[in-house]
Amino acid sequence: MSVYQTHTTDVLVIGAGLAGERTAIEAATHGLDVIILSLVPPRRSHSTAAQGGMQASLGNCAMGYGDNPDIHFEDTVKGSDWGCDQDVARLFANTAPIAVRQMAYWGVPWNRVVAGRKTLPDGREIEDLKEYEGLITARDFGGTAKWRTCYTSDGTGHTLQYTMDSIVIKMGITVHDRMEAIALIHDGENCYGAVARCLRTGQLHAYLARSTVIATGGYGRLYGVSTNAVINEGSGMFLALETGVVPLGNMEAVQFHPTGMVPVGILITEGARGDGGYLLDKNLHRFMPDYEPKKKELASRDVVSRRMIQHIRKGYGVESKWGPHLWLDIRHLGRKHIYTNLREIANICKNFAGIDPAKDLIPVRPTQHYSMGGVRTNIDGHAYGLKGLFAVGEAACWDLHGFNRLGGNSLAETIVAGMVVGKKVAEYTLGAALDCPLKLVDEHVKRQENRINDLISGRLGKENVYELRKQMEDTLMEYVGIFRNGPDLQKAVDKLQELYRRSLRLGLRSSGKYASPELASALRLPGMIRLALCIAYGALNRTESRGSHAREDYPYRDDVNWLKRTLAYWPPGAELPLLKYEPVKITELPPGDRGYGESSAANAARTETAHDKEGNNG
Amino acid sequence: MAERLLTFSIFRYNPNTPEIKPYMQEYKLEEMPGMTLFVALNKIREEQDPSLMFDFVCRAAICGSCAMLVNGKPRLACKTLTKDLPSRITLLPLPVFKLVGDLSVDTGTWFRHMSLKTEAWIHTTKEFDPQAREERMDNETALKIYEAERCIECGCCIAGCATANIREDFIGAAGINRVARFMVDPRDERSPQEYFEVVGTEEGTFGCVGLMACEDNCPMGLPLQMQLAYVRRRMAAAGLAARPQTRAC
Repeated sequence: MSVYQTHTTDVLVIGAGLAGERTAIEAATHGLDVIILSLVPPRRSHSTAAQGGMQASLGNCAMGYGDNPDIHFEDTVKGSDWGCDQDVARLFANTAPIAVRQMAYWGVPWNRVVAGRKTLPDGREIEDLKEYEGLITARDFGGTAKWRTCYTSDGTGHTLQYTMDSIVIKMGITVHDRMEAIALIHDGENCYGAVARCLRTGQLHAYLARSTVIATGGYGRLYGVSTNAVINEGSGMFLALETGVVPLGNMEAVQFHPTGMVPVGILITEGARGDGGYLLDKNLHRFMPDYEPKKKELASRDVVSRRMIQHIRKGYGVESKWGPHLWLDIRHLGRKHIYTNLREIANICKNFAGIDPAKDLIPVRPTQHYSMGGVRTNIDGHAYGLKGLFAVGEAACWDLHGFNRLGGNSLAETIVAGMVVGKKVAEYTLGAALDCPLKLVDEHVKRQENRINDLISGRLGKENVYELRKQMEDTLMEYVGIFRNGPDLQKAVDKLQELYRRSLRLGLRSSGKYASPELASALRLPGMIRLALCIAYGALNRTESRGSHAREDYPYRDDVNWLKRTLAYWPPGAELPLLKYEPVKITELPPGDRGYGESSAANAARTETAHDKEGNNG
Repeated sequence: MAERLLTFSIFRYNPNTPEIKPYMQEYKLEEMPGMTLFVALNKIREEQDPSLMFDFVCRAAICGSCAMLVNGKPRLACKTLTKDLPSRITLLPLPVFKLVGDLSVDTGTWFRHMSLKTEAWIHTTKEFDPQAREERMDNETALKIYEAERCIECGCCIAGCATANIREDFIGAAGINRVARFMVDPRDERSPQEYFEVVGTEEGTFGCVGLMACEDNCPMGLPLQMQLAYVRRRMAAAGLAARPQTRAC
């Protein structure tokens, strides 16, 4: 008989970032008892690091006039390269304005419209009208027809998370921080909660709930260089995968952000380009207009990232001891603008590169940033395969982003999905009984105890967790990056399979007792490598290029064969994911030209005419 | 700079094993260009001692997780470059906060308690109307709120504060700044008297003895002394106005 503490609640939310907290608030508003588990205090969540903003078609600022959910929907579908679920995109675009306004009501100090004429960095004259003064304003982001990204200077994620958490505190929602879910409790049909390990004491806890929500964010740390926080290891995704019955959707869709700072990979927000920053090469030539004459630096992230790598490959990169990079130039925005609207950039430049962006160029390179893939859910956020399991935010494949997410749509997704899914969770929970056999709980806890004991005793082997992890990171960086091809992806799959087998024979070098950080890493690593395999194997099998998934050997989007979503399952005992596919739901906008990017350039003449007709709103 | 061999002297103690008394342990590490304490501590853990406990989350000075005493001063370890330190570096956990182990402390519980104590959320009688346009706000006001909202709850101001080190219930500069953030927000309908109940005491704004270490140590460069003066002035006025009804403190 195991000794562990048991907690019972209506709704268990794993993850306390924006998506998790918004879901928890919605469920609690319906009178349900909620417990949130979090690796760290909620305000340390990676949501806090988002600088740029949150898209919602308020249409309050001069460059946003006429904006509405239809245009937001269209931008999102084009951004996704027609990989998203259009029902979800529609629901999302319609709800985003309410979400932004509710955050204002709860306390977010959104930047506001100031009336008057202004000159943009590119010389255009605009005028913000008196009638909109004091309403929430917006800035320009990539891939959007209107200025739609609402922001608080460059601390948008920070103010959203702090405000959201203040509501969690006000409502008295229970948060167990430094508590890590390490397995879901399920019987192959229903999910009953999770086994968790306390990161203060190392003790195991069982959380039993009528519904369980995965809101653990992305897996950026599978890659050696990522803009993500170090806690973004994809844990919720691999917990769901390990059930064997819940699939992950589109794991091969990995977003690279154009401007990770070299060498540390810390993000320089897209707001820098949105506010008028340029990319320069080693000759200080602004090269993006050569490739993307209309959208320039503000094409979608997948396109800008690829153009940068193409340009580097042509020999225009700035050589450095960390490899070639390009420059981001924001000097012309002026010291005042930089030290108010882009102050965090200035701080990051100073702290981590010792430069002043008001007079120096910023070294940048595309860097792993976001996972479009995740726990596959339906439009209600209900995971495929297990009743009572939901997923929300970056951990989920809802699927709003398809093969490329637009900047500003991730913060918007966390909150909109939290509202929508939270309501569905509440409806489900109110109609569900908690009839979990305690024997099942015991079995699940026992299994985790055995894993821990095996790691501590070294009974299964002495493989070093940090060494294997490093090799996994390097494999993804080298072979599953921005440009992909069959032979490299096959190498990645082979290497990752070898690492996976070795990861089942980890042994600790420390005692592994109490809150041992080495034990925590060792418990995660096999799951992380499974995710890596889902990414690499999914990419190997998808023989087309779509959004962020760019195959050099299959350079075109193939709607005939590939207008479908990858579902990756991990059957018990498997060493490779089992891939299945489902069609992508097209409701309003049939596949067409995005208006930017490589496929569009192929029929540039036609695009050129169409754009001229539309007028200059790009 | 010529490459140096750094000596890290790091505090070790696990509250789960009180029989092992706290001690300082030394690690040697070759300095690399651009090395931060984030890089150094991870190298030590991965290559020398996997039992070493410390906290990092964003590693970009945004989340506030990694504050510790670096050669005696409360600093964010992620943005501390080793080149700015002597070759002998002493690392201790932040005081005031409960120790989780080695360099890791429990700031989450402390800050959540402070938020509860100061009721750090918007107090309003208005209902949210999902169909309505947002209420207008002057952009200057929005920027002013954001200025006070920039605190990342790292705990450096609390760790460096004499009062917080001697009285457990003091809400410190972070708490006072939090109150100021809501005071400047027109959406918050609390009266000065209501705030007085919360912070017009020695646990709150009158507990500060003015040593100013909070502001010196703030990695975000927040004007904490100005915030204290602002809240104190407002509280003094509210206290005087409400004197007959208010208990002495």
